[in-house]
Amino acid sequence: MGISRRKFIQIGGACALGIGVIPLANVVAGNNPKFIPSSKALAADKWAMVIDMSKCPEGCDICIKACHYTHNVPEIGNAKEEVKWIWTEPFASAFPYQKHDYMDEKTKKQPFLVLCNHCENPSCVRVCPTKATFKRPDGIVMMDYHRCIGCRYCMAACPYGARSFNFKDPRAYITELNPSYPTRSKGVVEKCNFCDERLALGSLPACVEACPNEALVFGDIADPNSKVRKLLAANYNIQRKLKLGTKPKVYYIV
Amino acid sequence: MIEKAFRDMSRNYLLWLLSLLVLIGIGFGFYLVQLNQGLTITGMSRDVTWGIYIGQFTFFVGVAASAVMVVLPYYLHNVKEFGRITVLGEFLAIGAVIMCMLFILADMGMPMRVLNMFVHATPTSPMFWDAVVLSGYLLLNIIIGWNVLESEYRGIPTPKWVKPFIYISIPWAVSIHTVTAFLYSGLPGRDFWLTALVAPKFLAGAFATGPALLILLCFILRKFSNFDAGRAAIQKLALIVAYALSITIFMVAVEFFTAFYSQVPGHMYGLQFLFMGLYGHAGFAPVMWMFTILAAAALYLLINRKTRENDTTLFIACMFVFIAMLLEKGVGFTLAGLVVNPFGRVAAYAPTMPEMFITIGIWAVGAFIISLFYKLVVTVKETSGI
Repeated sequence: MGISRRKFIQIGGACALGIGVIPLANVVAGNNPKFIPSSKALAADKWAMVIDMSKCPEGCDICIKACHYTHNVPEIGNAKEEVKWIWTEPFASAFPYQKHDYMDEKTKKQPFLVLCNHCENPSCVRVCPTKATFKRPDGIVMMDYHRCIGCRYCMAACPYGARSFNFKDPRAYITELNPSYPTRSKGVVEKCNFCDERLALGSLPACVEACPNEALVFGDIADPNSKVRKLLAANYNIQRKLKLGTKPKVYYIV
Repeated sequence: MIEKAFRDMSRNYLLWLLSLLVLIGIGFGFYLVQLNQGLTITGMSRDVTWGIYIGQFTFFVGVAASAVMVVLPYYLHNVKEFGRITVLGEFLAIGAVIMCMLFILADMGMPMRVLNMFVHATPTSPMFWDAVVLSGYLLLNIIIGWNVLESEYRGIPTPKWVKPFIYISIPWAVSIHTVTAFLYSGLPGRDFWLTALVAPKFLAGAFATGPALLILLCFILRKFSNFDAGRAAIQKLALIVAYALSITIFMVAVEFFTAFYSQVPGHMYGLQFLFMGLYGHAGFAPVMWMFTILAAAALYLLINRKTRENDTTLFIACMFVFIAMLLEKGVGFTLAGLVVNPFGRVAAYAPTMPEMFITIGIWAVGAFIISLFYKLVVTVKETSGI
């Protein structure tokens, strides 16, 4: 029993050669495909969303349902472990320290839609140790579910509570599966992606498309002629936790 | 030399190792359940995303860093009393760093991807730097501890090339706890953590906890083996604990002034949750009151010269310091930053049974490693006579 020195060197050499050949194989096999965007893809310098709260009636959850179906967001049914990409919060929770006793009843009571703010200066991207969450040139803050190590540092860093962690296998909790978007595994973080997969094919985000009142408007904030810019120029609007310097890109017309 | 760790093992020592192995086995069993089911088996939630694993990680980084409290006086100030125990400090650091790494691994949702931290190294992330400095610190202490002990074993002076590593290990020890503090203190929207005081507070706390633990270990070694660290060394350590504890308590106290004098709600919430309870969540307050009482009692016993120089009261004081800091840094600090979620609501957290067993398992791993190393040190010292 055992392995002769000669044999050992032979095997070792073969292994070393194998490793040495990898770069060559990459060239020959062309393991470097270029991504070709669809001609219909929507592009922008800086994607942003404007939510007109006057058009967002209480009790309506059409956009939430559309988003969560589109992205196979599981319904865990347990507040501690719930996964959500877009949902509603009372004004006092969406805008902490902004509520006072005598503000108008309508604002005080109205549920505000909250989602990832796709910050221009995202703290989640800064802290991620693997670049599993990253910012695209068009401003969308993305998640790579295949790279995420599940350390949840981004969740501690996000001041908007926009991120969810898959504490257990989410697949068992997807009521209606959308086969055109991947499901996630347990142990990774997820959040709103401004529907990058739909933009790439020329569609607006699912929530924007689903809203019957056009309360959600999506567009290029860098373009002065865009609908979002015109809306913001004409209406008083606010953002969540501006003092933190994250520069969110979701605006609320109140 | 390693065989010395396994020579002449007494029945009690073997029983001790065996019981640690049982605890490790139970912890590992629960870890397998966690791997299979996900972190749902822990008490963590969408809001309290870090719990006892990260808290304990933070605490043991401090224990690891505190080795510098014996290394620095001995090598830079020629404090001869520490000659016999520097190697104990270094091996304690090795055990503590390994515990830290295990706690991080236990906390990960995708532990099989841990190497992504190096494959996709991200210098903007304090967590990446933490992995770098911790691995480096582990390596440094293995090199230093092993070579110092081996030269002692062979009766030759420590090789010259080890010296630079010893000097590097001193600022390196400070760096591991500073980087760990930076994990917390640079996050917008976490008011309790967002203070430059975190790093100095961590270091002061560590320099109280580590030497206190070392004193306890020296007492244990004296009781169960022929190794005596020497009264002078223990008394020097006790003085270090006394000063470091005073500074730690001072730093905890000044936070109260800033929060409550300014009356800024976000800054008050963390402390209110910890010490008084917030929005009806008062479950954690008894833990912090325990910390307060233990820390105050330890301070009294350590400042008072009579009780500091009495072995029994010193032992009690060191126990108090260790437990107090374990509660404050090992649980309270991490929770206080998270319990008030980004929506201003308080989220409860309590570790679950499996989470506790995994934690205890990691503790047992640390104790096991340190037991082996200390047995080795004791046997080497017995034969070399140093």
